[in-house]
Amino acid sequence: MTAIRWMLAKDLRILRRSPVLSGLLIVYPAAVAVLIGLALSRGPGLPRVAFLNEIPPSQSVLTLGSTRIDTTRYERQLFQAMVPVPVSTRAQALADVRDGSTLAALIIPSNLPHLLASADTSAYVEVIYNGDAINQSLVENALESKLAQANAQLAVQLEKVADGYIDLLLSGGRLNFLGLAFNVLGLRASATILDGVLAGLPRGSPLRAKLAPVASFAKIAVDNLGSSKQVIGAVGAPIVVHQQIISGHRTPLDDYAVAIAVTISLMFVCLLLASGMLAAEREEGTLERLRRGLISPSALLAEKALLAGVCAACVGFAMLVGIGIFVPLSWSRVGLWVLALAGGAFAFATLGVALGGLVRDVRAASLLALLVSFPLVFLALVPAGAVAVGLYDAIRVVSALFPFKAALEAVDAAVNRSSPSLWAALGHLALLVLGFGVLARVGLRR
Amino acid sequence: MAPPTLQARSLSKRFGDRVALREVSFSLEHGDVLAVIGPNGAGKTTLLSLLAGAALPSAGEVIAPAGERIGWVPQQTALYSKLSVLENLRLFARLERVGDPDAAVALMLEQTGLRERASEQLGRLSGGNRQRVNIAIGLIAQPAVALLDEPSASLDPRQRARLWSFIVARAQAGTSIVFTTHDIAEAERYAARVLVLADGELLFSGSPADLRSHGSGDMESAFVAFLRERGH
Repeated sequence: MTAIRWMLAKDLRILRRSPVLSGLLIVYPAAVAVLIGLALSRGPGLPRVAFLNEIPPSQSVLTLGSTRIDTTRYERQLFQAMVPVPVSTRAQALADVRDGSTLAALIIPSNLPHLLASADTSAYVEVIYNGDAINQSLVENALESKLAQANAQLAVQLEKVADGYIDLLLSGGRLNFLGLAFNVLGLRASATILDGVLAGLPRGSPLRAKLAPVASFAKIAVDNLGSSKQVIGAVGAPIVVHQQIISGHRTPLDDYAVAIAVTISLMFVCLLLASGMLAAEREEGTLERLRRGLISPSALLAEKALLAGVCAACVGFAMLVGIGIFVPLSWSRVGLWVLALAGGAFAFATLGVALGGLVRDVRAASLLALLVSFPLVFLALVPAGAVAVGLYDAIRVVSALFPFKAALEAVDAAVNRSSPSLWAALGHLALLVLGFGVLARVGLRR
Repeated sequence: MAPPTLQARSLSKRFGDRVALREVSFSLEHGDVLAVIGPNGAGKTTLLSLLAGAALPSAGEVIAPAGERIGWVPQQTALYSKLSVLENLRLFARLERVGDPDAAVALMLEQTGLRERASEQLGRLSGGNRQRVNIAIGLIAQPAVALLDEPSASLDPRQRARLWSFIVARAQAGTSIVFTTHDIAEAERYAARVLVLADGELLFSGSPADLRSHGSGDMESAFVAFLRERGH
């Protein structure tokens, strides 16, 4: 323990005398972590889209039966998914897309109200892209989701129109068509009249046999046409989503971004510091001196892991406190934060010394640490279903063999009460500490 | 008769398929000054690393009486460049568990003439001065055996003379010295015994005068003639 104490004091003195390196070690991971956090928690900016509405203003309100449909309402809905750049002609819209001043052009053709009213052909809007796959994907994603919403709302309006016609057919009433008003009798009234006529006919009348099927049809139509409204409603919105979350608490994306940002900082500081400080011993030639019994290999590894782990946990805690000023975090869970940060930090630090034991100089150690850490982050963040099942299983195995995912789960559980539990994640991290500790010990023998 | 301070018994070292040292045996008495010479790649540094315990032998063993300290001065300076001379000395004195670290540090600063530069960061010192600190750290625990790997390689003639007077004084005080060198004249001048290594094999163990008898000119010519005679 005494040797560890002297070595710790020495390493802290060396770090204090390398202010640029120490500063970078804190600022770089913090900056990367904040950028990743922002990228995850903020959606992309709205795409600029040239917009041309060819419907004359006088025709923007469509009347179907007794229902008035204002097409400008759906226009406003589309504008939530983009920044519209109004243009007055189709040629201008095309020119804007070609010169890149807009990512796409959205054209609402003049015949849209007519097509909606006639129901012969599907109504359509035109979207023009410049052929850039990324831009096209961005605009497509933005517009398609809003078009789907608009379609759904329009379906509700059309359903109301159909309901009105069915009511008229069932109960009768006034029908306005081409400016003329008609009285419609309705099936219920027809059935009542027929029943009255049948009741007044003599028992043996041949008319009774002829009218009976008509009265029966009217009764069946009255009974069944009412249920057709539900059928139309179901077709208008065939599937609706009822959300249910299983396996405990799920973290909102913003809060999850906090856990990701802190875990990434923890990882960078630990890997760079632990691998770098151990590699520095080899680079300066002091490792051979130390290996002569001045300090045991296990104690030397423990000292480097302790130094990196404590520094990284402090950086992580400072980040959480800083973020906590802007984002509501549960301060009553501070003790659990410390546990999660300590667990994650020591697992990363053990991986760091295992990497540091493999290389001969600090630069190689830093490069190796970066090469290892970036894929770990990306793999751990691949969601289930984003890749093929077999590949996802392989990713899960790789993620389980390195500390990032377990550390993220620990921090997420401590900060956001997510599942799996903090204790399960800490158990996983403890196993990784043992595994990488053995690897580091083997690496140091080289 | 006092037991040897250090014994190498059939020491061998392999790096993969390459044999760096093949069954080297010798012993060292109190106050001996032993020079290890040989062409580049002969295994001199490997031999000293094994004797120092900085590397483990593939076969054979190093025997030192229990409680004897062995000091080691590696060929490349093995020091912390961000620490001062004083901090380096103090750290290694503590790690070596020296009884009175401050007194040992003061003695080394005095003996190596580095007292004036004690507070300077090691990275800012000249190669010669760094080598002096390197030697001071190897000897700070007052070892019974000092192993010095090319100790005078980066020193100017004045510093070299000072180093040798320091080493000779240590030997006279009873410290056994083993040093490697490419300067054959230096081996002849300061060593009582010479080991000649080539391709990992121990070819000669005897006095400089015995080695010199293999040629008609100076020591260096005799050494080259000896190697040629042995097929190297």
